[in-house]
Amino acid sequence: MSDLAIQISGLSKRYRIGIRDKHPTIRETLMRVSSAPLRKVRHWVSGTNDGTGAEWIWALRDVDFEVKKGEVIGIIGRNGAGKTTLLKVLSGITEPTAGYADIYGRIGSLLEVGTGFHMELTGRENIFMNGAILGMHRQEIKKKFDEIVDFSEIEKFLDTPVKRYSSGMYVRLAFAVAAHLEPEILIVDEVLSVGDIQFQKKCLGKMQDISHGQGRTVLFVSHNMDTIQRLCSRCIIFDQGKLVSQGDTSSMVLKYISSNSYQAQPDRWIDVSEMRRQGTGEARFVAVRYSSLNDAVSFYPYPNGPLEILLAIESDSYRSVDSLAVAIYNKTTGTRLVNADIASIGQVIDLKKGHNVVRLRIEQLYLNPDVYMLGLWLKDKGLKWTPLDYLEVAFEIEVVQNESEDFGIRENSSVFCNFKILEVI
Amino acid sequence: MLTSEDQTTSPKMAEDFQPPIIRRQARPGWVAIDFAELWQYRELLFFFAVRDIKVRYKQTLLGIAWAILQPVMTMVVFSIFFGNLAGVPSDGLPYPVFSFCGLLPWQLFAFALTQSSNSLVNNAHLLTKVYFPRLIIPFASMIAGLIDFAIAFVVLVGIMFYYDIIPGWALITLPFFVVLAIAAALSVGLWLSALNVKYRDVRYTIPFLTQLWLFVTPVAYASSLVPSKWQAVYAINPMAGVVEGFRWALLGKAAPPGTMLIVSVAATAMLLAGGLFYFARMEKNFPDII
Repeated sequence: MSDLAIQISGLSKRYRIGIRDKHPTIRETLMRVSSAPLRKVRHWVSGTNDGTGAEWIWALRDVDFEVKKGEVIGIIGRNGAGKTTLLKVLSGITEPTAGYADIYGRIGSLLEVGTGFHMELTGRENIFMNGAILGMHRQEIKKKFDEIVDFSEIEKFLDTPVKRYSSGMYVRLAFAVAAHLEPEILIVDEVLSVGDIQFQKKCLGKMQDISHGQGRTVLFVSHNMDTIQRLCSRCIIFDQGKLVSQGDTSSMVLKYISSNSYQAQPDRWIDVSEMRRQGTGEARFVAVRYSSLNDAVSFYPYPNGPLEILLAIESDSYRSVDSLAVAIYNKTTGTRLVNADIASIGQVIDLKKGHNVVRLRIEQLYLNPDVYMLGLWLKDKGLKWTPLDYLEVAFEIEVVQNESEDFGIRENSSVFCNFKILEVI
Repeated sequence: MLTSEDQTTSPKMAEDFQPPIIRRQARPGWVAIDFAELWQYRELLFFFAVRDIKVRYKQTLLGIAWAILQPVMTMVVFSIFFGNLAGVPSDGLPYPVFSFCGLLPWQLFAFALTQSSNSLVNNAHLLTKVYFPRLIIPFASMIAGLIDFAIAFVVLVGIMFYYDIIPGWALITLPFFVVLAIAAALSVGLWLSALNVKYRDVRYTIPFLTQLWLFVTPVAYASSLVPSKWQAVYAINPMAGVVEGFRWALLGKAAPPGTMLIVSVAATAMLLAGGLFYFARMEKNFPDII
């Protein structure tokens, strides 16, 4: 009993579709009222008037689980699986429809970095503002102020309004405040995926510190399987509001990833337009075609060979894209092995309105024969952190052995690398 | 956020320290207002208020002068048209000081009403991302109005000095009328802010509402214009009591607004209690529908 941190029983949350993101004006209400008799008749005829009809969705349905003190739990699942709703219920932002969650200790939640930041206020003022919103007391913030500033690396701009900050600085400051929150139970939603790589690493380190070093209970939602594997000891998979599986991290990650993709043939267009994805959708991947350009291996990718990928992208308008990436993951562990991102080479490409085809080539694929997963990412130029389109796992590809290109003896487990002997002295 | 809010607190065991248990569950129907929790979050209220004050005149040319300009310009227009041309009686006081003294609490009220009514919608992103007692938001949104009020008050003192008006002992009751103006604004603001979450029409109703309300409040005219048998009914508008109270406290009008004041206070108290309960009931749904 005393080693429990969170106990959840029969937790359910129902949303009414349409109300969540729509604000009825009086005019609409009047129109609804005037058409109400008709609708009532229709509902009565079709029998969809009650709460079980299509007007309601269960964001959480009969969820039961326990978290012990000091555990770091990863929560994984697709978009709309109910992860964020769970965190919102736990942190008290929204009330469950049924069931309950008992929380043993001070709880702090971090559903977003920079909540309550005001553009007109300076960095210094925002540290206090944001800290207070996250639940810190003024004395507590004062005590940690130097540490926060130090972590954020924005000391010089402390008295500059936040609106003059670059997006990187903004994120750094926001995370720095959040990272110094010290509740007994910490709830974190997908906040490590912001900022530059260097800073992400620092954040991850800080998170590791919080979870392992200080022995705090952490519930952690992320789409990044790498992060999940680094931080969490146990994972829970959600799908359509239900808890579908829980267990140790590596088996859960594997289970989640493999339930989410299929193997696709090379050198033919693969339709990805209907696949599960995140992002604004203002520009999106509709089809992909990959090939090693080598018909000796039926165009299958092979170690040390090229991998050419054609990406058909549909865009709603003309736009500049500064991050377009093809990522390749290990199928068994979910570890990201390759990330061919134009942002990493500083390239910016222009997409015209309508249909575009982008040809991308990985000159040499340093991967062993195996099955891998391929993910796609597209982000607009500008301050936005949300991608235009993001398919964590679009499909699986198989890397095959190309006998004709193998010289000498090579151990099966090692990866080829590009090297030569410069001289023999 | 951190909550120490506990709906079910387990008894502490002597040998084993147990932290409080927070239970998250559905609370259908009417709920009590948790004043203890509100008190715990007082620092956040302070931060919100400070934010609003700091941001209020950022990137404006005239800055804080707006706090003086608005009531002064209104006073000038009122004095010319109502005071001079229409000859509206002003209880024997010089019309400019008479109207300015009414404008001060009125502007405080109108600002507080407008801000609190829009406060939840303006802070929508906070409601969906962090937990804190929602009541803090409409409360905090009104505080910036007090700064404007204080600045304009200095001008009033200057005008009174010009007209040789020295307030009597009744001056000590002034804070009470300030509080009453705030309470009156809050009593309506709570209703409107909660309704605004669901129906954005409220936002468009507010300018219209404050305009109408100004006409039924004795700012440009004296409440003595209203026949005495209707005075009590007239005072259901809490601002009638507030404005007349202000004039009594500051300008030394002969009679204190007795009956009027009682009616105004009662009306405010009823609206405020209703608003608080309605707010507490709707509060839990805000993040889902905003």
